[in-house]
Amino acid sequence: MENIFTKWLGDNILTYILIPIPVLIWVSLFALYAVLAERKVSAWMQNRIGPNRTGKFGLLQTIIDAIKLVQKEIVAPYRTDKFWYNLAPYIVFTAVFMGYAILPFSSVFISADLNIGLFYFFSITSISVVGVLMAGWASNNKYSLFGGMRTVAQIVSYEIPTALSALVVVMLTGTLSMQKYALIQEGGIFNWFIFGGPGDITKIILIPIMLVSMVILFISTLAESNRTPFDLTEADSELVAGVHIEYSGMRFAMFFFAEYAEMFAVSGVITTLFLGGWQSPFGELIPFLNSPVMQVFWFLAKSLTLVFVQIWFRWTLPRVRIDQLMTMCWKFLIPITLVNVFLVGIYMLIFK
Amino acid sequence: MRTYFHHIYQSVYTIMIGLSITFKQMFHKAVTIQYPEQRLQLPERERNRLFVNMEDCIGCDQCAKACPVSCIDIETVKVIPGDIVGKTGVTSQGKKKALHVTDFTIDFAKCCYCQLCVFPCPTECIYMTDVFEFSTFERNNLVYQFSDLTPAQSDEKKKMWADYSAEQEKKKAAAAQEAAAKKAAEEKTKAENKPADKPEAKNTPGNKETENPKES
Repeated sequence: MENIFTKWLGDNILTYILIPIPVLIWVSLFALYAVLAERKVSAWMQNRIGPNRTGKFGLLQTIIDAIKLVQKEIVAPYRTDKFWYNLAPYIVFTAVFMGYAILPFSSVFISADLNIGLFYFFSITSISVVGVLMAGWASNNKYSLFGGMRTVAQIVSYEIPTALSALVVVMLTGTLSMQKYALIQEGGIFNWFIFGGPGDITKIILIPIMLVSMVILFISTLAESNRTPFDLTEADSELVAGVHIEYSGMRFAMFFFAEYAEMFAVSGVITTLFLGGWQSPFGELIPFLNSPVMQVFWFLAKSLTLVFVQIWFRWTLPRVRIDQLMTMCWKFLIPITLVNVFLVGIYMLIFK
Repeated sequence: MRTYFHHIYQSVYTIMIGLSITFKQMFHKAVTIQYPEQRLQLPERERNRLFVNMEDCIGCDQCAKACPVSCIDIETVKVIPGDIVGKTGVTSQGKKKALHVTDFTIDFAKCCYCQLCVFPCPTECIYMTDVFEFSTFERNNLVYQFSDLTPAQSDEKKKMWADYSAEQEKKKAAAAQEAAAKKAAEEKTKAENKPADKPEAKNTPGNKETENPKES
């Protein structure tokens, strides 16, 4: 299916400039309300009320926070490396936002249906590492530098289980295009890859493998987006705030923006790989629920559920230590994903 | 190998427990009390800002004496005959008030809310209220004036007492003089009858023990 924007506006350069705009609007709205959701969910989990003074249920809270941050003076410490210091937050956000290019919001809307979509996503979001290290180093602050270096160690390590757990789906489908993953999983909830994907009865063997793969993908993307329990880079009690220390005003907000944008991006990828992407859970039983507009709804609903799970994890689990973090990655996640890949290989040899 | 899988099992199991607890807590009622709108019931014997019921105050100064931090300041003026304190001149218990309280200030910046001033009060006119929100930007605003007389009124009362006492003194002096003159006349008549030593060297007449309320 072709992109609705190219259908309406023709296949020219202006169209391709216009396509990211709805995505950017969505990311901005999401980042604003994810911050509010984070605060509200944390409040509920701690038997509090949460922000409720600004607007109904505090709905204007983050908008007002953003206005406050824009007004704030930007204070740069003495002897920072001005150019890199100023550039870093934007690199982090840009890298994350570029990942949105391959998120299939609907069967008729994807910014760029690359044939190497998944590979592109994992590689382009890794560029945020550069921005974080840049920020840490240019800030002229040892805590920032520690935070930046921890981030690099963490993200580079967790790239491996991320890629390996996604590889299971790649092996079964034989494609890297995000739109194709969603298309393959058509026909209701039992054709999603978390339940082994479409296929005959033998796919029951795949269910535990897929479940484990999805959990590992979730854990490792959690680590890649520096969320609790893997927020060693921010570690308030040890590093004050990691790379954020020396940033103020809108530059600080950009880091936040990037973090929340990445939360949704990785949730979107997990949704596309394992939860059927934009497919309705009822398949073709009710054709209306699988119309292009409803597909957007399903995609957002699934992704936002995963975002909620991320928030839920954040307010449940304490932060892991750096050695525990590395042990978990190298001794547990990577071997298990390798076994998964091996088992799926055997399955494909026998049944396909 | 067994411990390896045991670790995995343990971590997954314990994380599930934690997640279930936080999920359950999400549906609990919030314990927050949104303070300015919702308030906790204060305990029955809470000690907060003092209040002085000037209708009952007799200006006995006992609370000021009991205060460990000297935050109570009282100034009193005696009542002249024919004038009454307040509207009725008596407390609600029917006790006669003999003093105008021209100045009754409590400095809540100094007050330690010990309640020691409350117990000595004979008319129970000073007591603790449940008001605890009275912060201000100026420290002087914490000095509360409880006297029901305006400065002009208290000046008037002071003047009345000063006039009255001066008049009384004059009267007394006149009376004493008269008495002295009488006595002298008597002595004279006595001396005329039987001359004797002179009792003129007596101390000056008039009782000097009038209180000067301005000095308190």
